[in-house]
Amino acid sequence: MSPILEVKNLFKNYGGTEVLKDINVSIDEGDFLVLVGPSGCGKSTLLNCIAGLEPITRGDMFIDGQNMTNVSPKDRDIAMVFQSYALYPTMSVAKNITFGMKVRGVDQATQDAKLKQVAGQLQIEPLLHRKPGQLSGGQRQRVAMGRALVRDPKLFLFDEPLSNLDAKLRVEMRTEIKALHQNLGASMVYVTHDQIEAMTLATKIVVMKGGIIQQIGSPTEIYNRPANLFVADFMGSPAMNLIPATARKNGKGSKIEIARESGDPIFLIDTKNKDLPENVIIGVRPEDIADAALGRAGKTQEADCLIDIVEPAGADTFAVMQLGGKPVTARLHAETKAAAGTAQRLAFDLGKVSYFEPETGLRLN
Amino acid sequence: MTRWLQDNMPKIVLAPSFIAVMVFVYGFIAWTAWVSLTRSRLMPRYEIDSFIQYERLASSPRFEVAMTNLFIFGALFIVIAMVLGLLLAILLDQKIRTEGAIRTIYLYPMALSMIVTGTAWKWILNPELGIEATVQGWGFANFEFNWLVDPDMAIYTVVLAAIWQSSGFVMALFLAGLRSVDEEIIKAAQVDGIPTWRVYSAIIIPSMAPIFLSAFIVLAHLAIKSFDLVIALTGGGPGYATDLPATYMYAMAFSRGDIGQAASSAMVMMLVVFAIVVPYLYSELRTKDD
Amino acid sequence: MTDMSYSPSRGQSPALKLVLRSILYILLGLFALFYLMPLFVMITTSLKSLDEIRTGDLVSLPREVTFDAWRTAWSGACTGIQCEGVKPFFLNSLLIAVPAVMISTLIGALNGYVVAQWRFKGSNIFFALMLFGCFIPFQVVLLPMARVLGLMGVAGTIPGLIFVHVIYGLGFTTLFFRNYYVSIPSELTKAAKVDGAGFFRIFWSIFLPLSLPIIVVAVIWQFTQIWNDFLFGVSFSQAGTQPVTVALNNIVNSTTGVKEYNVDMAAAIIAALPTLFVYVVAGKYFIRGLTAGSVKG
Repeated sequence: MSPILEVKNLFKNYGGTEVLKDINVSIDEGDFLVLVGPSGCGKSTLLNCIAGLEPITRGDMFIDGQNMTNVSPKDRDIAMVFQSYALYPTMSVAKNITFGMKVRGVDQATQDAKLKQVAGQLQIEPLLHRKPGQLSGGQRQRVAMGRALVRDPKLFLFDEPLSNLDAKLRVEMRTEIKALHQNLGASMVYVTHDQIEAMTLATKIVVMKGGIIQQIGSPTEIYNRPANLFVADFMGSPAMNLIPATARKNGKGSKIEIARESGDPIFLIDTKNKDLPENVIIGVRPEDIADAALGRAGKTQEADCLIDIVEPAGADTFAVMQLGGKPVTARLHAETKAAAGTAQRLAFDLGKVSYFEPETGLRLN
Repeated sequence: MTRWLQDNMPKIVLAPSFIAVMVFVYGFIAWTAWVSLTRSRLMPRYEIDSFIQYERLASSPRFEVAMTNLFIFGALFIVIAMVLGLLLAILLDQKIRTEGAIRTIYLYPMALSMIVTGTAWKWILNPELGIEATVQGWGFANFEFNWLVDPDMAIYTVVLAAIWQSSGFVMALFLAGLRSVDEEIIKAAQVDGIPTWRVYSAIIIPSMAPIFLSAFIVLAHLAIKSFDLVIALTGGGPGYATDLPATYMYAMAFSRGDIGQAASSAMVMMLVVFAIVVPYLYSELRTKDD
Repeated sequence: MTDMSYSPSRGQSPALKLVLRSILYILLGLFALFYLMPLFVMITTSLKSLDEIRTGDLVSLPREVTFDAWRTAWSGACTGIQCEGVKPFFLNSLLIAVPAVMISTLIGALNGYVVAQWRFKGSNIFFALMLFGCFIPFQVVLLPMARVLGLMGVAGTIPGLIFVHVIYGLGFTTLFFRNYYVSIPSELTKAAKVDGAGFFRIFWSIFLPLSLPIIVVAVIWQFTQIWNDFLFGVSFSQAGTQPVTVALNNIVNSTTGVKEYNVDMAAAIIAALPTLFVYVVAGKYFIRGLTAGSVKG
């Protein structure tokens, strides 16, 4: 079976500037691909290229095995949901949804049947005769989804569809999109700058920066084994702690030394990774630093740390301290006794630790 | 073929307009520029012969009057219309109950043809039966207001009628500008205890700089193109006391049969417009491209 | 419109406030008189007999209202040798303005649509060229245009004048529509493309239904420009095809016979009526659209 979408060696220039460089990515039928990165990283441009709304400078694009590189958007069998929803302002909701079918000359009976089905699926039947201007943000979002769903395309494209919603609605819609994907088994490409959306929705994530793909992988791969400092820092909230450290060989593993302002460094023993260069950046997720007193399973090593700031966040409490000259965040249990200005005994779990080369930023282990 | 059509439809749609603009605007300007460098009289000739027509313009007393008039008229018209427009806008901005009606009254002259405006003011200003006669009839026997027939003053009647016609439009521009100023800034100033006139002079008016520029461009452009108003109000007279380059050009082209002079005076007008509009358009287009 | 004005009277005594408000209203009233006076004089003069005009004064109301001057102006006043009033010329102006307004608005809408939503390399240059074309003094094209109209065989005809007005109106109509369409998110065009609609379909189904406000602006602008035009009318028409502005000027400046000021004024009002009517009926929308553009720019 050929991949449903395959992008090969794609380059895109605007005038003299390269905005996409050698993009290679493919997904299988039923995949949920999320393109994530900071603004200006080229993710939306890539989506527009996939849609055929932007011509590509070099490279090829296949949808379901067919070369679509120079095919216009209407013949690519795709549907797209836009950030601003792009509902046709003068048409009713029903007309918005059926416009694509009408343009394609689908007969009225089919149009009506499909409209009914999609409206039911998205629970927007009462809205069908309203104009987009009379809808709330969430309702518009649903209509935009309906316009895409009704087309039953090979590929759904989403361009930051949730970024104009308020926080609560965004979480609800995220869940709905996920459910939709599971129920339809459809193939989707989804652009977002929100790494939480990327983690929750994707079966496959592409992290981009400066028009270059930084890493492709499943959400767990990306989270646990970031390919470089950029991905490590970008994915996860609070971000992964990236601490300059010194590594020395220690049997089958390494002894890691992290400097502290107070003078006495922290020593951590890594039993798995050897042959590290002397200067490394060690990446530890906040949840891998815990309150020693409250106990935690697994092999941990403990150290006393001076806590600078404590931020209770309900389920967790975040504690910030200085290690290796950087602020380091620990995700502690809500019942922690940690207090600002006092020392707290913390347990470090190196089970999922990452090491990066300071110069190139590339992953070492 | 259909694919090609599809891809190039935007260009195909623009093509006729593009050709029209290139021929009827830029081609024609080039033609006029060319002819202005020849010895054309009744019929255009195409042998370039130095700047003879411009030398004739420079030595023509009538054209000198026309240029002087343009600067007097232009300067007074622009300055007074802007000041009056701004004043009216500020007055109207004071929560006036009948604002809509008053705005309509100030603005309606804009809808009239300059020929109509000229005809009306010509009647009002004519000394035998107009304002002069009327005021004299009220018992002020020595009242004199004969600018229309006074060669030294006639140009000011053109200024008066032009201001009457256009100042309401300037008022509308400024009023919209006053209302587009961020309300929070004004509130902040009020909280700070800044007096009303200072709020206008220090905050609102400076923030309307782009509107001043727009109004200036529109008025300057109107002034240079002014033709019908002069024709209807004074016919360029008395003598040629109220000639403007526009009427000079027209006289040369259609009654004197002097195409060379017509073309060169048109080019002078073009250059004056150029000097005002090009920097404006340049800055407009550049900022909009960002 | 939100109320952004504020009271000028904060911290002032009620008496002072009253005085200031009175001055304000008196000023506004005086200016209103200034703007209304010519119209008032035109109307009263047109309703007076010539005798009354000669003996009475400018601002008095007619002692005896007569519509003779209006009848003469409409169908009997002399424009040079012809004495048919402004009626035939009024009709000419309609025959010129209506098609010219429609054609230039339609082309301007399509041009604006392309420049705002279907940009290509060079479309901005096109727009800049168009925009500059709005500002040229038309004197600079009069001579060659006269010759080209002759070559095209439409010199002195109404189609010739329609052609001229369409060409030189395109700059403004393109500008209006471009500025309007540029504020419509390009995602709308993208969505329609994905939905399978093409260039004209998108224009027809999505952009045109959104365009009423700007169509009103373009139509009013073009109609007043063309109706009020004198330069092209006087340069490119002949005896039977003159627009009403040219006829009015001829009536007023005709040197034969007695000077009939009441007829002049009636003819002037007749010539002004269509644009005044348009202004009163739809002027609100025009100012709204026009000022919206200029404040943004």
